[in-house]
Amino acid sequence: MRDFLALLQNARRWNLVVGIVGLLGAFWIWQSAVPATATTGGLVPSPREGFPAPDFSLPTLDGEEVTLSDLRGQVVVINLWTSWCPPCREEMPALEVVYGQYREEGLVVLGVNSTFQDNEEAAASFVRELGLTFPILLDRSGAASRRYQLQALPTTYFVDRQGIIRSVVLGGPMSPATIESKIVDLLAEAS
Amino acid sequence: MFPVLELGPLIIPVAGVLLLAGLWLGLELAERTAPHYGVPPADVYGLSLTALLIGVAVARLGYVLQYLDGYLRDPRAILALNANTLHNSAGVVGAVLAALLYLHWRHLPLRRTLDSLAPGLALFAVVLGLAHLASGDAFGAAADLPWVIELWDARRHPSQVYEIVAGLLIFLTIWGFRRSNPFPGFLFAFWLALAATGRLFLEAFRGDSIIVAGSIRQGQLAALLVMLFSFWLLGYWARSQVAEAMGGPTGAPAGATAGDFPRPE
Repeated sequence: MRDFLALLQNARRWNLVVGIVGLLGAFWIWQSAVPATATTGGLVPSPREGFPAPDFSLPTLDGEEVTLSDLRGQVVVINLWTSWCPPCREEMPALEVVYGQYREEGLVVLGVNSTFQDNEEAAASFVRELGLTFPILLDRSGAASRRYQLQALPTTYFVDRQGIIRSVVLGGPMSPATIESKIVDLLAEAS
Repeated sequence: MFPVLELGPLIIPVAGVLLLAGLWLGLELAERTAPHYGVPPADVYGLSLTALLIGVAVARLGYVLQYLDGYLRDPRAILALNANTLHNSAGVVGAVLAALLYLHWRHLPLRRTLDSLAPGLALFAVVLGLAHLASGDAFGAAADLPWVIELWDARRHPSQVYEIVAGLLIFLTIWGFRRSNPFPGFLFAFWLALAATGRLFLEAFRGDSIIVAGSIRQGQLAALLVMLFSFWLLGYWARSQVAEAMGGPTGAPAGATAGDFPRPE
């Protein structure tokens, strides 16, 4: 300890140590440099920020089929919900408000009902009751919910025009202002 | 991994619970360490809590200001706090400023107060690694090694485990030095140097690094700067101690003792 203290107190010798440590650090940074695609951006799809959103094709309540990858070029909000989940029910009107406000600018909202753990008729009735206009998708087998590693209801993914998940919000209910704050920057980005 | 606790309508991520536990443990340890450095334990607690609360409030305010139009239309939403709706850099600046003001207001000695916080910070870093392991954050780069873990659809370096091991080693080192602190500020600057060096080394195994200038990991650049600053600080404070012992500024940089606010009699 005494030697270490003496080294610290000798300005010339300590500055030399700091210089050598700095050079070693810079060398390590250079050694561990990687192209940008080696980190999250270039990886396989996964349900977290920075990764491409996992693709899915699901039927809507109206009987149409929606494929996520077909929506590339638009900002997509994927909201996983069930009709028996109180925060999900409370959040839906906020999603509807924001959808109505920004759909012309390229916003798509997908309400993915985890039908495998819900009642399809109850979900449809709830959607009619609130007069929701965005597509409600039915995940009857639970494949999409599993692919998105659903662990809490509701869970909302904000996907940019390139198909990359930019934010994930676990739980709710979100207010229109919170949803808006998550999409305005994404809508402003070029496709 | 990624467990959540569902308590009725509440969804509580285990990582969040771990962070709270880490905060409590770190504060407890700092309070116990404080008397050894002549700092009142209540002030360490007050300082940490003030910095935390002001930091969160400023982080939230920063986020609201960033998206002001939406929040003006729906002002009640300002109070709906969510970890995803905070401005992190604003929060850090707010917390540091609040801590400095608290130090000044309570006339606390800067270096000795920082020393008393060092073991708690080192312990918190270990729990932060555990929280990362629980949430899957701070994940590793894809790798093909015998000890990889399957995470986010790939086999990866267990970067969170590296973080925990490094954190434990740093904590044990700091704990070992807590009674033989050779000069005010040593323990804190030493912890900062070890933590920054650890981050500089381990960032190379991360899979979520932000890349700047084409191929450089931003986290490593920041860690290098902090590491150099902490090394410089160690030498600066060590030399200022000699100057103080000699009874004047001779041989020490000007203002070497300016870091300590005088404590009233």
